[in-house]
Amino acid sequence: MADTRILTPGRSEWFSTLAVWSAAALVTGFFLWVLWDIVSHGFSQISWSFLTTESEKAGRAGGIGPVLVSTLLVVLVCLAVSLPIGLATAVLLSEYTPEDSLFGRLVRRSLDVLSGVPSIVFGLFGNALFCKALGMGFSILSGGLTLACMVLPLLIRATEEGFRSVPLDYRTSAAALGMSRSSTLFHLLLPAATPGLVVGLVLSIGRAIAETAVLIFTSGYVSRWPESLMDSGRTLSIHIYDLSMNVSGGNANAYATSLVLVVLLLVINMTSSWMAERWLHRRIVLL
Amino acid sequence: MSRSRNDAILIWTLRVFTAIAGAIVLLIVGFLIVESIPVLKSVGLSRFFTDPSWHPARNISNSDETYGLAPMITGTLISMALSVLVATPLGVLSAVFCHYYAPPTIARYYRRLIEVLAGIPSVVYGFWGLMVLVPAIGRIHPPGPSLLAAVIILIIMIIPTIALMADSSLANVPPAYLRGAVALGLSRWGTIRHVVFPAAKSGLFTGVILETGRAIGETMAVLMVAGNMVQTPKSIFDPIRTLTANVALEMAYAMGDHRSALFVSGLVLLAMIVALVSAAEWIGKGRIYG
Repeated sequence: MADTRILTPGRSEWFSTLAVWSAAALVTGFFLWVLWDIVSHGFSQISWSFLTTESEKAGRAGGIGPVLVSTLLVVLVCLAVSLPIGLATAVLLSEYTPEDSLFGRLVRRSLDVLSGVPSIVFGLFGNALFCKALGMGFSILSGGLTLACMVLPLLIRATEEGFRSVPLDYRTSAAALGMSRSSTLFHLLLPAATPGLVVGLVLSIGRAIAETAVLIFTSGYVSRWPESLMDSGRTLSIHIYDLSMNVSGGNANAYATSLVLVVLLLVINMTSSWMAERWLHRRIVLL
Repeated sequence: MSRSRNDAILIWTLRVFTAIAGAIVLLIVGFLIVESIPVLKSVGLSRFFTDPSWHPARNISNSDETYGLAPMITGTLISMALSVLVATPLGVLSAVFCHYYAPPTIARYYRRLIEVLAGIPSVVYGFWGLMVLVPAIGRIHPPGPSLLAAVIILIIMIIPTIALMADSSLANVPPAYLRGAVALGLSRWGTIRHVVFPAAKSGLFTGVILETGRAIGETMAVLMVAGNMVQTPKSIFDPIRTLTANVALEMAYAMGDHRSALFVSGLVLLAMIVALVSAAEWIGKGRIYG
């Protein structure tokens, strides 16, 4: 990195230097503005009872207990489905598929497109498939399944990265020892690639928690305590949307909920980049 | 490699799961088409682009439904174009700042900040826009919810996308190029303009494609600040409605042909994204997901 700072400013470049510094200052300024607004309005509302009690008067009063539980359940469903599919796909693509195979290229292409699909289109799709065609209705299950489709490309990408960081020697040594492919995978590659998988999981959780448009017509709006996965349940982001757009006088609680959501995401974000730096950029010594 | 029975089972299990992952896109396209067929049969595709207005539910005067998506497509394209136009230089300069201007410590914190910005959910940006930006614009030029508000929110949201992409493509510029430039006596900005940018061109293009995709697909934040009136905006202070916001707003109560028409707008959105991804492939970078 220090290597790239060998460039020295020329004599008459004050304008470009100014432009670069002010672009950075502008971005930082906007960020601090947004964050300060959320923190200064939301902080005083947060209390233990806000986090654990049910909301009252359509969210104007009371807390976000059931909303937190629904969010957790939606994320759990999402991970329970996307983890096995994502892991299997990453293993197959990175370990058992030649770069130029037709099947591999088709799957990669389709994942490229999938990652660009707008979230609202996932919402339409989830509504048509899970809510209507499979008869799950507005439920935590439908929401989680739709989210699983959305986070797959991200999860697969990060997991593939994990497998790529495993040295080639491991595979050739295993083959030389006569290990079967499945035992090579389970005893050697999988443990060594776990960091990538975990980073992918954390990133996926972040993406899933932040999502709103996918969930409005799949998991729905109900803000009671969810009793089963077939109940409708609103997540944190839908709660913010509903309070600010449809409930007059809900702004105070919307600020508090935003603060909870942002703090949650900051924690997730920092965990994932800390893990990525610590694990993925370092050679794995022990198995 | 030994070929045990277990290996065969393993490979086939992996293949089945991978096929599921690969088939999701096909499922999405399939379901959008199936749900669109009723209205396409009764109305036809062309009226979605030629009808003057959007009244898909029969209104009180009992006149015919109209299905014009044109105002929404215009809304999406204008807000996308304006936000990409502003966000691209800001994002690229951000990355340049990180690599060639900022002291290492500041660069590290700044990069972390951009990553955090990328993770803030759209509904929080939208809420901030609703509480701070819209009233501020309303004081300058009523009504407040407007194309301008949508564009500003989009800019803030897509800057991290282009900045992170530009950052990684600048990191891939061979250090030898820079040393060569220094040896030739090129100044800092001269090197960046004439050596770094050309070398990082394809990565920067991919970044632009990605941010454009985000700008087209963004739903909640835009919905919360854009005013959502179905009209072609005459000025930057006019309210607009985008394709995505249209779906999010009406899906809750849409029935029959109306519901079906919303799936058609989903198809239009998907077509825009596929066109973008193809453009990206054509420009030359392979995988862009993640």
